[in-house]
Amino acid sequence: MSSVLTTSILMLTILGVVLAVILYVVAQKFKVEEDPRIDEVEALLPGANCGGCGYPGCRGLADALVKADDISAISCPVGGNETMRKVAAILGKAVEDKDPQIAVVRCSGSPQNRTRVVEYNGISSCKFASTLYSGDTGCQFGCLGLGDCVAVCKFDAIYIDPVSLLPVIDEEKCTACGACVKACPKLLIELRKKGPKGKRIFVSCMNTDKGGVARKYCSVACIGCFKCVKVCPYEAITLENNLAYIDANKCKLCRKCVEECPTDSILEVNFPPRKPKVEEQAQNAVTS
Amino acid sequence: MLKTFKKGGVHPPENKISAAQPVEVLPLPAKVIIPLSQHIGAPAEAMVAKGDRVKTGQLIAKSAGFVSANIHSTVSGIVESLEPVMDSSGYKRPAITINVEGDDWEPSVDRSPNLKKEITLSAQDIIKKIAEAGIVGLGGATFPTHVKLSVPAGKKAEMLVINGVECEPFLTSDHRLMLEKGHELMIGIQILMKALNVPKAMVGIEANKPDAVSHLQSLAKSYSGIEVQPLKVKYPQGGEKQLIKALTGREVPSGGLPIDIGAVVHNVGTALAVYEAVQKNKPLVERIVTVTGKNLAHPSNFLVRIGTPVSALIAAAGGLPDDTGKVVSGGPMMGKAVSSIDVPVTKGTSGILVIPAAESKRKPEGVCIRCAKCVSVCPMGLEPYLLYRLGQRMQYSQMEVERVLDCMECGSCSFECPANLFLLDFIRLGKVEVGKIVRERKN
Repeated sequence: MSSVLTTSILMLTILGVVLAVILYVVAQKFKVEEDPRIDEVEALLPGANCGGCGYPGCRGLADALVKADDISAISCPVGGNETMRKVAAILGKAVEDKDPQIAVVRCSGSPQNRTRVVEYNGISSCKFASTLYSGDTGCQFGCLGLGDCVAVCKFDAIYIDPVSLLPVIDEEKCTACGACVKACPKLLIELRKKGPKGKRIFVSCMNTDKGGVARKYCSVACIGCFKCVKVCPYEAITLENNLAYIDANKCKLCRKCVEECPTDSILEVNFPPRKPKVEEQAQNAVTS
Repeated sequence: MLKTFKKGGVHPPENKISAAQPVEVLPLPAKVIIPLSQHIGAPAEAMVAKGDRVKTGQLIAKSAGFVSANIHSTVSGIVESLEPVMDSSGYKRPAITINVEGDDWEPSVDRSPNLKKEITLSAQDIIKKIAEAGIVGLGGATFPTHVKLSVPAGKKAEMLVINGVECEPFLTSDHRLMLEKGHELMIGIQILMKALNVPKAMVGIEANKPDAVSHLQSLAKSYSGIEVQPLKVKYPQGGEKQLIKALTGREVPSGGLPIDIGAVVHNVGTALAVYEAVQKNKPLVERIVTVTGKNLAHPSNFLVRIGTPVSALIAAAGGLPDDTGKVVSGGPMMGKAVSSIDVPVTKGTSGILVIPAAESKRKPEGVCIRCAKCVSVCPMGLEPYLLYRLGQRMQYSQMEVERVLDCMECGSCSFECPANLFLLDFIRLGKVEVGKIVRERKN
């Protein structure tokens, strides 16, 4: 009885040792030489594997960062400048600080602004709906509100507002990875400069119909009236196909266009409330 | 024992309520909207400007490329605008809007009811004339007819198949056409035979139209080479591959075209349009449209000018019932709900179906129980449940391997599925994505 026990213990031990030696030899012989810095860089990256950088996951980015001579064109949108500075320190390469970005939804067509005329009764996905028709309102450029952007966001940074039925982006959580930009079949989401203290101004509309048509179906549509283009002192606004666009790099956040826009299609975000205008102040003084 | 195709197929309720209604000519509308993209291929290029006066039958948009089609004014009047207008695709697309003034036809068009039997033109001239008249497949696929008739080098047409099946429930436009325009249809078939240089044509008609079968069979005696064949009722027999299989027993290979096995299929509506174009010099400006629905006051068949708003057709059929849930352009199986009844009738509109609210909603999606009903009804021998799963996982390259591009979107799988799975939705999206992969590979 005891001999059976000792034999089996002995046999398994020998087997274990022999296999361990074989595995060790094989592992040494077929070892893949990899730059150890890839692991170091990967450890610094956020590890979300969101693909926002354009590489397949964080390891892909780490690999590219180590291999490239000039890494100024590569960046991790999620980690931002801080992570990139750390990476550059390890690799001894130079990086430039980039303006932090954020996703903005360029549609304000809530049910109050845009009447629903069609009832959609299919798969709850913008991708499917957009193969069937242009949308449940008269505007064929606006948000379908079925939440493909919400589904692809890995950071839980988008939700559909139950009242406006439009996607809302959580400024704290959005990392500007760009997944929602790719998911939107209407191309409504844009990555824009976050701006100082999150202040930014943008045209919240993608309607390229002529003014009258656009206005007929949505009260906050850009009608291409050129008022903002004329009022802008910095030539930051261009107008093509009846639709205005504000260049975030030229915009100095003076807010003149927001006041001028007759349809309120230009939005200002994170600005303090405006001071009442001079005439209004005078009026208030009279009434009081 | 009547012939039919072997693989798959379903039997939806026929509901041919407008079958006994003779074709009525719909009065001219006040305004027509003529989309520039009424066919498969490149949209036509507009040749008129705002404010131009046009005559009925005048060429207003020229074919842009080989796979494209001419478009003619369907009314006389003044061009109101060239702005994009919403059509039955659900999108705004380029169109010509014309305000109707009288009905002044191009003088070259022969509008007399006299039958012209003698075919004087040569094969090439026939094809040229058909291309000029802007004729496309009127069964619904709207593929330009002259392209189908131009047999590619190295292939030979052996027989012409004429599609009088009308397997879609509710629709009766082809049925009425066969009953009322039999002689014209027969001459149209002979013209197509001459264009293709084939000695034989077979007309396939489902057995639920016995009057059309016997009428055309008696006519066929006086026209050589035409055989009229009744077929067992089964959807989707009107698909060209299914019809060829049913009539000849030959099978079109996966990814191939009917011409690969020597067959060319044309719809009866197309054959009539060919007769009118070749013998009467009349371009494609009108077609027969069935307006039907269970709650509609007067389900009818109308001869409609292309570009007439759908609302005018519904008004002529007794108006939109109160409990309407949706309006479908086409039949209940393959048609598409329109997002507004102001969309125009196009060359491919075979019917307008008004569905009551109670029947218009999709049932909630259940869980697949692997009953394989979808597999047994698929006429192309595909596995819809598998394509659905692959679509959910976005594995589009695998969908290509599973021959998703063979799917003709007949909807038999979704019709039969006891769990109401959104089978066809995922397959349709898969076809779009696989199409992108294929195009990328070619470039």
